[in-house]
Amino acid sequence: MNSNAASSSTANPDAAGSPDPPAPRRSSKRPKYSKFTQQELPACKPILTPKWVILTFLVVGIAFVPIGITSLLASRDVVEIVDRYETDCIPVANRTDKVAFIQSNASKTCTRQITVTKHMKRPVYVYYQLDNFYQNHRRYVKSRNDEQLKKRSKTSETSQCEPEDTTPDGKPIVPCGLIAWSLFNDTYTFSRNKRQLTVNKNGIAWKSDRDHKFGKEVFPSNFQNGTLIGGAHLDESIPLSKQEDLIVWMRTAALPTFRKLYGKIEVDLEENDIIDVILENNYNTYSFSGKKKLVLSTTSWLGGKNDFLGIAYLTVGGLCFFLALSFTIVYLVKPRRLGDPSYLSWNRNPGGH
Amino acid sequence: MKRYIYINDDETSQDLYCANRLSNRKYTLMNFLPKNLWEQFSRFMNQYFLLIACLQLWSLITPVNPASTWGPLIFIFAVSATKEAWDDYNRYLSDKKANEKEVWVVKQGIKKLIQSQDIRVGNIVWLRENDEVPCDLVLIGTSDPQGVCYVETAALDGETDLKTRLIPAACMGMDFELLHKIKGVIECPGPDKDIRRFDGNLRLLPPFIDNDVCPLTIKNTILQSCYLRNTEWACGVAVYTGNETKLGMTRGIPEPKLTAVDAMIDKLTGAIFVFQIVVVIVLGTAGNVWKDTEARKQWYVLYPQEFPWYELLVIPLRFELLCSIMIPISIKVSLDLVKSLYAKFIDWDYEMIDPETDTPSHATNTAISEDLAQVEYILTDKTGTLTENRMIFRRCCIGGIFYGNETGDALKDVGLLNAITSGSPDVIRFLTVMAVCNTVIPAKSKAGAILYKAQSQDEEALVHAAAQLHMVLVNKNASILEIKFNGSVLQYEILETLEFTSDRKRMSVVVKDCHSGNISLLSKGADEAILPYAHAGQQTRTFVEAVEQYSQLGLRTLCLAWREVEEDEYQEWSLMFKEASSTLIDREWRIAEVCQRLEHDLKVLGVTAIEDRLQDGVPETIETLRKAGINFWMLTGDKQNTAIQIALSCNFISPEPKGQLLSIDGKTEDEVCRSLERVLLTMRITTSEPKDVAFVVDGWALEIALKHYRKAFTELAILSRTAICCRVTPSQKAQLVELLKSCDYRTLAIGDGGNDVRMIQKADIGVGISGREGLQAARAADYSIGKFRFLKRLILVHGRYSYNRTAFLSQYSFYKSLLICFIQIL
Repeated sequence: MNSNAASSSTANPDAAGSPDPPAPRRSSKRPKYSKFTQQELPACKPILTPKWVILTFLVVGIAFVPIGITSLLASRDVVEIVDRYETDCIPVANRTDKVAFIQSNASKTCTRQITVTKHMKRPVYVYYQLDNFYQNHRRYVKSRNDEQLKKRSKTSETSQCEPEDTTPDGKPIVPCGLIAWSLFNDTYTFSRNKRQLTVNKNGIAWKSDRDHKFGKEVFPSNFQNGTLIGGAHLDESIPLSKQEDLIVWMRTAALPTFRKLYGKIEVDLEENDIIDVILENNYNTYSFSGKKKLVLSTTSWLGGKNDFLGIAYLTVGGLCFFLALSFTIVYLVKPRRLGDPSYLSWNRNPGGH
Repeated sequence: MKRYIYINDDETSQDLYCANRLSNRKYTLMNFLPKNLWEQFSRFMNQYFLLIACLQLWSLITPVNPASTWGPLIFIFAVSATKEAWDDYNRYLSDKKANEKEVWVVKQGIKKLIQSQDIRVGNIVWLRENDEVPCDLVLIGTSDPQGVCYVETAALDGETDLKTRLIPAACMGMDFELLHKIKGVIECPGPDKDIRRFDGNLRLLPPFIDNDVCPLTIKNTILQSCYLRNTEWACGVAVYTGNETKLGMTRGIPEPKLTAVDAMIDKLTGAIFVFQIVVVIVLGTAGNVWKDTEARKQWYVLYPQEFPWYELLVIPLRFELLCSIMIPISIKVSLDLVKSLYAKFIDWDYEMIDPETDTPSHATNTAISEDLAQVEYILTDKTGTLTENRMIFRRCCIGGIFYGNETGDALKDVGLLNAITSGSPDVIRFLTVMAVCNTVIPAKSKAGAILYKAQSQDEEALVHAAAQLHMVLVNKNASILEIKFNGSVLQYEILETLEFTSDRKRMSVVVKDCHSGNISLLSKGADEAILPYAHAGQQTRTFVEAVEQYSQLGLRTLCLAWREVEEDEYQEWSLMFKEASSTLIDREWRIAEVCQRLEHDLKVLGVTAIEDRLQDGVPETIETLRKAGINFWMLTGDKQNTAIQIALSCNFISPEPKGQLLSIDGKTEDEVCRSLERVLLTMRITTSEPKDVAFVVDGWALEIALKHYRKAFTELAILSRTAICCRVTPSQKAQLVELLKSCDYRTLAIGDGGNDVRMIQKADIGVGISGREGLQAARAADYSIGKFRFLKRLILVHGRYSYNRTAFLSQYSFYKSLLICFIQIL
């Protein structure tokens, strides 16, 4: 590797041989000439001279810093309100044993007040966020049957859905599997100044999911009929393709902390508006001490609030500037001839090799 | 183990020895699949992949569809199995062709056409001109009244000249009919692979009157795969058949050579495997702990209450499968593919085509191209490798007078020409020895010109020179030899030929002048093999000087001598020679001893000097490679002076002020030891100086050094960048390669002749020059090139390219799979 720096950028390997074009000979022993067989195909390989390196770093820096700034600004424009409620929505008396409370039949209605910090342009998206919930667990993520969800004729197709495949008397559960069974069932109602804010729940799932993955003629049956109730119930008269909460839930998250779209509020929210939320705190995250958060957020052209992209661009851009600068200094202070063989290891200490 | 072969006996020896059925196949139809699979699975990598693939069949733990591993695995196995099967099928076809070839064999006294595979030991096989010999035969009859036949042995040893073969004395003069009914016993050793030796005995059974034991040598045999030439017919007794022939015994697959990169990859694979196990254990334990403590709380997963017994294994095994891509399954196949491409590039290279013969270079071994770039020591032969091996007679010294010193060409020396025309007896005798004392076969071409077929280039040069000096060897007919000198034809009867061996270093013929009836002994050989045996009265000082002077010029020298032999002396000696020739044990040594008794009191006639020109581009090549940090050793069978001279002229060593040549010599242990110590001391001192220090050692001292002072010699070998070893035998060449290999150096051996084969096979990389000494070396070698100067391109271009490419490919392959795998781990 040590002589790489000295290698030229020409394609011709070793020009020491005879340069004359091979004369056509009669001998059949002679292989046919082609640029490929003689390894003479044109090629180029950049040499990393100081000038090139500095220039490249500069260009990257110049390109990246503005991109970083713009995406950071876009992210800053997004207004996001997060309200964590899983502890606050348990009555103080029951907080020693939250699991028992959530599994009891007591009323779990809970009211929250959210102050809008900044003007929020419609649509305002409503998310619920769960922490420490492993939708990516192997046993969980596989526990569904896409055929059954899509086609009415495949209703009894419940393979891979264990243990939530059939009712004890053998009837197939539609939709089967752990994912559907554990459907999130907290509900939120919003009001501003005593006037209800409607939450639009149409079009919160992917279009492709609605159209192609969940059938229009597949209706839930035998769902949540067992002894163990996982999460929400489904209306048996609505086809799966219309059950958008289910569709959203069944697109499993890759990480244990995730947000899922609950609905959209189709009006602007003004600064200092106070929003009352009445929520049914039904879902059990207490067994595994998971957090539950309610999120209201607007979007920008770059999506939701996320500073990471901007920071990443700025960091790389800044680093490139820094490197360009330091290389320039090194180049000016201590220049060095390109491909100087005296720097090779065996030339540094003659005799010993 | 001895063999007793009953000639033409259909009953007794039928089942004792194998039939003449060739089989080079590795597999049969039945055992192909299991044997091939077994072979493939004996490699660690394949075992690993099989394990992974089997684990993936267990759906509880597999993260992906098992087909994603089984597919590539089966593909890779299928590719290598197909390659093996194809090779084996080709071997089967060529075996079949050889086995089913029809030959004439005597059965129950009648000549029949049978398939070659049905030949049994003891059968008499008849061959016609240009037939291939189907098995090893002892010659018993030919069309030639003198009992001579000619064979071409190119397939056996790569030498392209015709060799003469004789029928044993006992069978001399038998006619056609008799040969069908001949009965007898041949006593010979068990099968071996020495194609230069056959020590047997023939005794004909009654009714054949000649009851003597008749000795058999390799001269009386024709071996499998040779061709019968210039002889109408010949017949012989099958002695070795099938896979027991000399050729069959030499066959065999040499050990596969492993490159440094391969070894590194294997090591890396092992390391990664260990790392993988560690990762699996750590993550598996963590996973199990998490499952025990946390998983119960994840109610939505609905873990069952009871687990099967293997539950603890499930998580580690899942991690194992996730990590399995850490070792890339593709690397072996891709490396094999690119390596065969490197080899093709070498075959294709236009700049490595010998312009004279138009022979391209060839990479026989496709697996070791990248090692070319790792070479640290090059061990090279001299004759034919550094030099052209095209001998030209340049100078001579006859009776103390030097010819050719002024013009550089004795053939044009006026003094010599005058001496010939005036008929100076010394000069005439000198020329006679040149023309007679050899094993050259003259053959008339269609145009009437005389072509000489010789086994040794030196002999050919001498005969040619003699012919130009009007002493023309015209014809050699069995034992009668005709020479045309100035228009008159002289005839000599060759009584005995005392052959050349590397121990004797001389050859002689005993001839009888057909005209006068005088018997004389003509000898030629190396100076130290001739001069000590000169008769007491002769001053040999001028000859010693001549030899000295010629070898300083880099010429090869031979001394010529003769002596008259009395009739009685010859008869007496002839008996001893016959006896020695028919011994079975130590025949070579016994013959040498007997020859010694005749070769004394010689009259030294003079010294010939033959030039062997350096090949084109040799000094440049050596210098460039030297600059690349490669050390050169020259191993030659030649004289020390000649070797040093050649070494100087091709940049091998530098002349005095810049370089220093140390010599290790001595005849006894003590002398060698002292000289070795002294050289070592000098070496140690001079390593810090920018001076080229080289050492010279001759075969004798080398043997002592290797035997008793191996350690000191090894140290010397490490210290010195250049060495010249002269007068070394083929096995010593191989020993030196071993020595350097044992110090962990990558060695490359380059040579052109049969005496280099062992060194070429021993070295990490063997390069053969497809030169004039035949193709033996080129066949045994990993690479064959046309000229020494191509070595530069082979090492510096192809070697470097291959190494860089392999390094890139394997690094990238590992990098990519590790990267993908780390995503999984995280």
